[in-house]
Amino acid sequence: MDTLRPAQNYLNEPRGWKSWLFTLDHKRIGIMYLAAILLAFLLGGIFALIVRLELLRPGADLMSADTYNKMFTLHGAIMIFLFIIPSIPAALGNFALPLMIGARDVAFPRLNLASWWVYVAGTIIALYSIFAGAVDTGWTFYTPYSTQTTTAVISMTFAAFVLGFSSIFTGINFIVTVHKLRAPGMTWFKMPLFVWALYATAIIQVLATPVLGITLLLLIFERLFAIGIFDPAMGGDPVLYQHFFWFYSHPAVYIMILPGMGIMSELVATFARKTIFGYRFVAFSSVAIALIGFLVWGHHMFTSGQSEAASMVFSALTFLVGIPSAVKIFNWLTTLYKGQISFETPMLYALWFLCTFTIGGLTGIFLGALVVDVHLHDTYFVVAHFHYVMMGGTVMAFLGGIHYWWPKMFGRMYSEFWGRIAAVLVFVGFNGTFFPQFVMGAQGMPRRYFDYVPEYGTMHAASTVGSWIMTLGFLIMATYLIASFWRGKPAGNNPWGALSLEWTTTSPPPPHNFDSQPVVTHGPHDYDKIIAPSTLAGR
Amino acid sequence: MSDTTGHPAYLAHHFADAEQQRESSKLGMWIFLVTEILLFGGLFCAYTIYRSWYPQMFLDAHRALDVTMGGINTVVLITSSLTMALAIRCMQLGQRQNTLRLLWATLLLAGVFLVIKYFEYAHKFHLGQLPGKYYTYTGVEGTNPHIFFSVYFLMTGLHGLHVIGGMGVIAWMIRRTARGDFSADYYTPIEMTGLYWHLVDLIWIFLFPLLYLIG
Repeated sequence: MDTLRPAQNYLNEPRGWKSWLFTLDHKRIGIMYLAAILLAFLLGGIFALIVRLELLRPGADLMSADTYNKMFTLHGAIMIFLFIIPSIPAALGNFALPLMIGARDVAFPRLNLASWWVYVAGTIIALYSIFAGAVDTGWTFYTPYSTQTTTAVISMTFAAFVLGFSSIFTGINFIVTVHKLRAPGMTWFKMPLFVWALYATAIIQVLATPVLGITLLLLIFERLFAIGIFDPAMGGDPVLYQHFFWFYSHPAVYIMILPGMGIMSELVATFARKTIFGYRFVAFSSVAIALIGFLVWGHHMFTSGQSEAASMVFSALTFLVGIPSAVKIFNWLTTLYKGQISFETPMLYALWFLCTFTIGGLTGIFLGALVVDVHLHDTYFVVAHFHYVMMGGTVMAFLGGIHYWWPKMFGRMYSEFWGRIAAVLVFVGFNGTFFPQFVMGAQGMPRRYFDYVPEYGTMHAASTVGSWIMTLGFLIMATYLIASFWRGKPAGNNPWGALSLEWTTTSPPPPHNFDSQPVVTHGPHDYDKIIAPSTLAGR
Repeated sequence: MSDTTGHPAYLAHHFADAEQQRESSKLGMWIFLVTEILLFGGLFCAYTIYRSWYPQMFLDAHRALDVTMGGINTVVLITSSLTMALAIRCMQLGQRQNTLRLLWATLLLAGVFLVIKYFEYAHKFHLGQLPGKYYTYTGVEGTNPHIFFSVYFLMTGLHGLHVIGGMGVIAWMIRRTARGDFSADYYTPIEMTGLYWHLVDLIWIFLFPLLYLIG
């Protein structure tokens, strides 16, 4: 039966566009999120290419400084709020989480649909602000500049406010689903690590997002009524805005990376055919990262004039996050050790993640160290660091996850050959783009400048060329993934020989996920104990 | 509510039984309430900071608020919380008519709260005790008194929005109760509305002393 697509699956039953836009099926909502999020990625990517093109050579080549400011702000705001925060939880998480714990759906399907529509509404408001003059504040909307500029700050921050609801809805749904809807036998420590990561992410989503919500509302009121809370001329404090903003936005960094780490655990175990080393440590490290993530926001403000004592405490707490992150990295490496590693496309992205996230994480320690940060603050070193974490971490894991679950989502395989070529191009292009930025940053190139002295010319040119190589990789990826709809070989239930529950149902899954209620008898990564020759036959 | 197979009509397909469904709703609602508290938390934080910066100004400015009206509103809101709780109890006992009466009472009391709030706001608008740059009142000693009124209007305004939202949900519950959606076996939506309403009440119980009674 492996080679046949089931006659009735969630993709073709029921039919019609209304059955998609108003569906309560978590799998369809996941696919709709995936489509919307990839469009956001495309848009944010185009802005990135424009920014890099301007920086190819010193001098004003393409645009004015004002336009440049808008371009990098839009790149940042779109990538953060529309793409990377919802990317893995809302798209891949929505699709995979109920399947992985043997549930028929998430706990609140209507809320789930609402979260997608709220996301669309937020996206429309964000697009509106692009046409209403865009924003030039940087994606952080720092006061006092954001209360003074004439650009469309109100609609862009309102868009982020609306998108926050979408994030909260998803978080509530995932927490309740994990608590209440696990299949019989699925104890907490038999849950796949991706589920653990999504659970930890959901905790941050519900605890941090409301604070951003109120912060953005305060900013909007500051612009409308000059309420004086962030305005020093009226007795307010602009640094308070930074405190509020980073109380959300630093934990939000972990909203971005934790789900990626969850995907990593799935990929490493599956493609090394080994039990995850230290499963419980990896699971608890997700929760530890989520909790410590709330205590480190002040490291964004070392140079803002906060007290030295506060800076030292935040610096120390920042180092603390390195511990659970290192636990994960070391456990993945130990899992790979003596594993039967196969280098399919998803696994390549897992390896890229190990390289790039480690660089990103370690440079984070540089920036968390008070003395070093004062030198590196607001230079390209910071830009390189967070791109290594967010893009080298989250996006690599996201791409690995898309390739991993693609056969389950659509029942067809993509071209493995072109998959590997694209993966190599993305890796080379990524490092080509961002590694020179570490060098430039250490030499003192400030971030966000649209012009620079000729000494930085070589590095900027290398960085821009890197961005083109990466783009080529993405174009190839888009081509073979779309082509797989027509040319892809039928995937079968379990093309990777994985052990978690989503691979026990048909590909694509039937509308209600499982034909009969699954009962869990073994752990999700117990490759050492369970040798299942039938599932490995196709490899 | 049950059909012949013993499968209740209110049970969604993805839950194994009614108990699981009820437990899920409860957990979801509690988490939502946590997010609400954190939303207000930002404002409480702003309150704390500005009060510690301008203690005397806060003390002087709070005298502009009407303690009597605020006090009456506190009583009104606590009473509405009681009628809400009783409405849930009545539904647990299957007394649909009583539930309806109590829900109407809750809605009415919420309306009374907003009317009193309206008179308070109107008075302040009239005197120019407005947030930020619209502040024109001169009767408060101390620096930056507009910040007190910014904080006052933001906190009570956000709370007022929650009251209005709550009234919408209560009205919807009235309609569903009248339609016969609920019974002694199934009253989860009313219970969840009650949880939300108690939170609205609770936030006011913090706002009242912080804004009206400081000193």
